[in-house]
Amino acid sequence: MTKIALNKSVWKKKDLLGLEYLSKEEIEFILYTAGSFKEVTTRQIKKVPALRGKTVVNLFYEPSTRTRTSFELAAKRLSADVINIATESSSVKKGETLIDTGKNIEALKIDTIVVRHNCSGAANILARSVSSSVVNAGDGWHEHPTQALLDMFTLKEKLGKIEGLKVSIIGDIAHSRVARSNMWGFTKLGAKVTVCAPAMLIPEGIEKFGVKATNDLAEALDGADAINVLRMQFERDSAVAFPSKLEYFKRYGITSEKLAGCGKNIVVMHPGPINRGIEMSSEVADGKNSVILDQVTNGIAVRMAVLYLVSTAKDGQR
Amino acid sequence: MTLKEKSRVMDKDAIDKALERIAHEIIEHFDSLDNVAIIGIKNRGAHLAVRLVSKIARITKKSPPLGALDITLYRDDLTQVSEQPVVHATEIDFNIDGMDIVLVDDVLFTGRTIRSALDALVDLGRPGRIQLAALIDRGHRELPIRADYVGKNVPTSADEVVEVKLSEVDGKDEVVLCEKAPS
Amino acid sequence: MRYIIKHGRVIDPANKIDGELDILVAGGSIEKAEKSLTEKCDKVIDAKGRIVAPGLVDLHAHLREPGREDKETVASGTRAAVRGGFTTVTCMPNTEPAIDSPEVVRRVRDIVAKDALCNVAIAGAITLSRAGKRIADFAKMKEAGAVAVSDDGSSVADSALMEDALKAAALDAVTVMCHCEDAKLSAQGVVNMGFISTKMGLKGISSASEYEIVARDIELAAKTGAAVHICHVSCKESVELIRRAKSAGVRVTAETAPHYFALTEDCCVTYDTNMKMNPPLRSKEDADALRKAIADGTIDAIATDHAPHTDSEKDVEFDYAPFGVIGLETALSLSIMELVDSKIVSWSGLISKLSYNPAKILGLKAGTLSKGAPADIVIIDPNKEYIYKKELIESKSKNSPFIGWSLKGKVTDVFVGGKRVMEDEEYRQPCL
Repeated sequence: MTKIALNKSVWKKKDLLGLEYLSKEEIEFILYTAGSFKEVTTRQIKKVPALRGKTVVNLFYEPSTRTRTSFELAAKRLSADVINIATESSSVKKGETLIDTGKNIEALKIDTIVVRHNCSGAANILARSVSSSVVNAGDGWHEHPTQALLDMFTLKEKLGKIEGLKVSIIGDIAHSRVARSNMWGFTKLGAKVTVCAPAMLIPEGIEKFGVKATNDLAEALDGADAINVLRMQFERDSAVAFPSKLEYFKRYGITSEKLAGCGKNIVVMHPGPINRGIEMSSEVADGKNSVILDQVTNGIAVRMAVLYLVSTAKDGQR
Repeated sequence: MTLKEKSRVMDKDAIDKALERIAHEIIEHFDSLDNVAIIGIKNRGAHLAVRLVSKIARITKKSPPLGALDITLYRDDLTQVSEQPVVHATEIDFNIDGMDIVLVDDVLFTGRTIRSALDALVDLGRPGRIQLAALIDRGHRELPIRADYVGKNVPTSADEVVEVKLSEVDGKDEVVLCEKAPS
Repeated sequence: MRYIIKHGRVIDPANKIDGELDILVAGGSIEKAEKSLTEKCDKVIDAKGRIVAPGLVDLHAHLREPGREDKETVASGTRAAVRGGFTTVTCMPNTEPAIDSPEVVRRVRDIVAKDALCNVAIAGAITLSRAGKRIADFAKMKEAGAVAVSDDGSSVADSALMEDALKAAALDAVTVMCHCEDAKLSAQGVVNMGFISTKMGLKGISSASEYEIVARDIELAAKTGAAVHICHVSCKESVELIRRAKSAGVRVTAETAPHYFALTEDCCVTYDTNMKMNPPLRSKEDADALRKAIADGTIDAIATDHAPHTDSEKDVEFDYAPFGVIGLETALSLSIMELVDSKIVSWSGLISKLSYNPAKILGLKAGTLSKGAPADIVIIDPNKEYIYKKELIESKSKNSPFIGWSLKGKVTDVFVGGKRVMEDEEYRQPCL
């Protein structure tokens, strides 16, 4: 990773809600810190006492195994105590509101709440209602900042830099929080970002992210240093716009043939879980360009860095 | 709070001579350096370790393994310090199991940093023996820790600060004694 | 009681008056508005430095009674209205049950007679239960006291049914107040469609979902001759359609609400549910188009769309929060700040938009200080500044996007039908 010696922390925030709200320096600082934590994850004893005596709650309103496990492992490797709360949210089900739940968790003297929610903005609303730190583990279609951070970390690890790279995000942009966090993060670090999807899956005003939008996969692949292939949620939002999986695979699925024209070292990322044969062929997913499993490994280091930074943030931005 | 310089404790030459002496003492202490590694505590201890290793190599024609240890995550005051400490990477690319380790730091004071470093080292493996080299020992220990090699003993009062400056970080080599003064 | 309000700057657009006059109120009516009155009276009010105008008339409020008295009641809603300088508010029929029959109209009238601090005009529903299936009985509702019809909260989606409704309205001479929204286009949307909805990850409500129905309702107005009033206009395309319809002589009038020119979609980015309303806050260009339309008369009236919701309903995820904000207490100040101070309209123009025009649209005996008119009067300190705080809110609900704002212009005195219900910012009689 980077060799720059940073002597002063630039991190002041109690929460990580999205990459939209971070400066380039803050993002680079998280990546630098994650690099330090990556070393910890390669040790025989993968545990440090940094957050000993602190408690992290994983508050998940949406089912998730991967992200929750990754956060749980990250917290445990920092010696924090971890509690998992899985619940459902609905306007119809008259249960406890998000804010009430947050205040109850806070009353238990919890230091950090990691929240996954089906509604966009849920983490923002929670963060201003409690004094505990809040880490957004994915809210609706809004943001999934730690996923984008681990995407950036992995790409920087592979190619040595982000600035100037052409990064193409392919798939259901409209309904993807990963896409939004990726667009904010990669553009802030100076990458040239292209998003590619069928027209009905590209939302209004996308160019204001500072990205290029196209419906043509060949254009997205042309000259790309890396592609980030999103999961198509045919069981949910994506289906409305693109009814046939086979048709999608034919046009937008990433195959060895389609990658043949690309640079030999093109990096293939995917936030997982992969729909093999829909957005990506198995050959590509398991091939030499794929860094999908590195992303999973790096996710722990990135989340350790984030939990460490928000939990030990100093000054008034609590 | 600002720091007011009171006196210069060591200059470039004195620092170099002290390190030279410590290098000789280390060589003298161990029958063979085959099993010895030098590990500096980040930030300035790591630079001192680099210097020690090059001195040892010049004298013995053999370079012992060199490592750098970041102890931030092991600090016992992580949640109390006024500024968020930056986590740097530990860079030790050899197995420390059974090795004789010489830990290097710039100033030995309360001993808490060394305590953290010992915890951090133990998480990395099981060294045969751990020794400590410090450029300055200023006293005021809060833990039962002592240095095996000392560049200079500097008696201080509690409201004084010893600042070690190294050319790698600060552009020049010197050790100064400062006084905390209200700003 | 006989009152003389002296030395005030009297603004009465109906009579093209804007100048220092004295007003004599007697027997519940305006008796005289002249210079230097010396008649005998019970009380003289010195209004020097203040503005004396016909009481404000709101075309569009949700008083929630009957059915949702936890959000607002006729008593609390009219109290809020008086605080904001309104002497007449029009209550929308989306109550529970809906005001869709003469019986419910009479029920609301009874509540009003008992509890209201100011006049309440009643809008009946266009269709039974506002379900968009069968037309309500306009004639009977009018006879019972309704002054307009509206399915507010939704559009009548069935165009054939809407045409029939407008024919009936033309026949019965009632104004049809149209909430224009294609529910299929706006489905599940919560903020304006565009970069803001995209970056917030929320479903957008396009301007088209509004203006396509505005276009339809204008066309039906032209065809049937009914008086159509377009509610809460929020986008520039709707403005243009109304402008063209007016110049073509169609009987169409329009309102917008202060939040549509005082705020924009950018206010939503913190997921503050007090910024969630329907239609949604639009872009800056839309807000600018509304200001222009207010200036050139395309928009006739400023209405509040006062929509109270409880804290527990609003303190939830943005997607789950109900649409709407309260507005009775802030409409005047916001209009002064956004329209008069920035020279979009004159003071007289503002009183037209907030009083004279709304009264005219619904054919109410209000909005004027003419001799013999009911003495509905508001006295305003135009330069008084204050911080709008949650504790100051009279409405039962506190869902205002303007909490914490520094506002300018304060209502000091209010007369309703010759009764002084507010004196020096204090309510004169307890109102339950």
